[in-house]
Amino acid sequence: MNVQSNSYTFIYASVMVLIVAATLAFTATQLQPIQQANIEKEKKQNILTSVGIECSRDEAVDKYKEYITSTYVINSKGEAIDGEAFNIKLAEENRKEIEERQLPIYKCNKDGKNFYIIPVRGKGLWGPIWGYIALEGDYSTIFGIVFDHKAETPGLGAEIATGWFQAPFKGKKIFDEAGKLVSIVIAKGGADPNSLHEVDAISGGTITCKKLEKTLFESLIPYESYFKKNNK
Amino acid sequence: MAKLKNLLTDPMNLNNPITIQVLGICSALAITVKLEPAVVMSISVLFVMAMANVIISLLRNTIPTRIRIIVQLVVIAFLVIIVDQVLKAFLYDVSKQLSVFVGLIITNCIIMGRLEAFALGNKPFPAFLDGLGNSAGYGVILIAVAFIRELLGFGTIWGFKVIPQPVYDFGYSDNGLMILPPMALIVVGVIIWIQRSKTKELIEN
Repeated sequence: MNVQSNSYTFIYASVMVLIVAATLAFTATQLQPIQQANIEKEKKQNILTSVGIECSRDEAVDKYKEYITSTYVINSKGEAIDGEAFNIKLAEENRKEIEERQLPIYKCNKDGKNFYIIPVRGKGLWGPIWGYIALEGDYSTIFGIVFDHKAETPGLGAEIATGWFQAPFKGKKIFDEAGKLVSIVIAKGGADPNSLHEVDAISGGTITCKKLEKTLFESLIPYESYFKKNNK
Repeated sequence: MAKLKNLLTDPMNLNNPITIQVLGICSALAITVKLEPAVVMSISVLFVMAMANVIISLLRNTIPTRIRIIVQLVVIAFLVIIVDQVLKAFLYDVSKQLSVFVGLIITNCIIMGRLEAFALGNKPFPAFLDGLGNSAGYGVILIAVAFIRELLGFGTIWGFKVIPQPVYDFGYSDNGLMILPPMALIVVGVIIWIQRSKTKELIEN
């Protein structure tokens, strides 16, 4: 057989592509449930971390059942709407108009106190950044916070995912005394120690910090009316 | 037998893909900030390169010359996607750290180079050894660079603190420059320098 002929080359390429495509499709479908489970476990782990419950990814499933007592979905007017909070993809919601977004809230009961966890998501310097904020019953005081990112610079912007950066958020308030939503300012050059709305930025990670600040503010705005309604 | 052994040992020193042929530098810069991803990357490349070499070697008499590069790319891409999927399913944390770089194994010039230069003209077993040898040579440099960068950049090895606190109290601080890509290039450069001055065969007049 002439290995160099045109017809042989065409048949060779076609058969090769078919075999490879079939094998890859099979592998991907076989592994997909495990991969999906990993992603869900990690999400549960992140939600729990925001209220200070540390656990491994495998433990997260049980702990999530134990601590997260209910979840609900609201709209920007603060009314409850139908939907399953855990399955909402924030990346898709953020592309919609604020009025049309589905906004998930996770209610957590820890040591007899209720916490309300809301997800945040936005653009970082190199890719998406996201996280979870746990608010206390007044819907203003931050009880805990966790951030993660896709591709921020290691050692600089990527530090937003570390404890030393996240810890100072605890106890800060997202509403000022007049009841205005001020979110949290990530202050370059050091936060004012007396301020309830500022935390330290990361040296060398200024752009990531600015983007994170924007992400926080923009993620909190749609919840504003709900928070105000429920905190009387 | 001596020749077969050389297939394994040459790439470790005299014909190292990174320090002598200066191939595969891109990934050597990108994922050598910490030891763990560097090791996983080396293992992934080892798997891909050895398997791709064997597959291409088995097919070598059937591949039409005009589309041989495409066939090589398809084989590499196929193996890389499998590695990526397996990592996502079973080593989720590591796969998150390596992120795009697993996909970029496809463009690792060492693999294409070995397929084109060796596997296409040799039997499967020598091709397998050649793949192992070259990926090991790649891995050794990767791990060495990652070791130095993690030690000086973070003061840790495999995530464990190795530089004791008193040293920091004395005024030592981690070198932030180490974790940026340019330092990988400089570290590789220093390794090449040491290797060239130690190995007689490589000394040029």
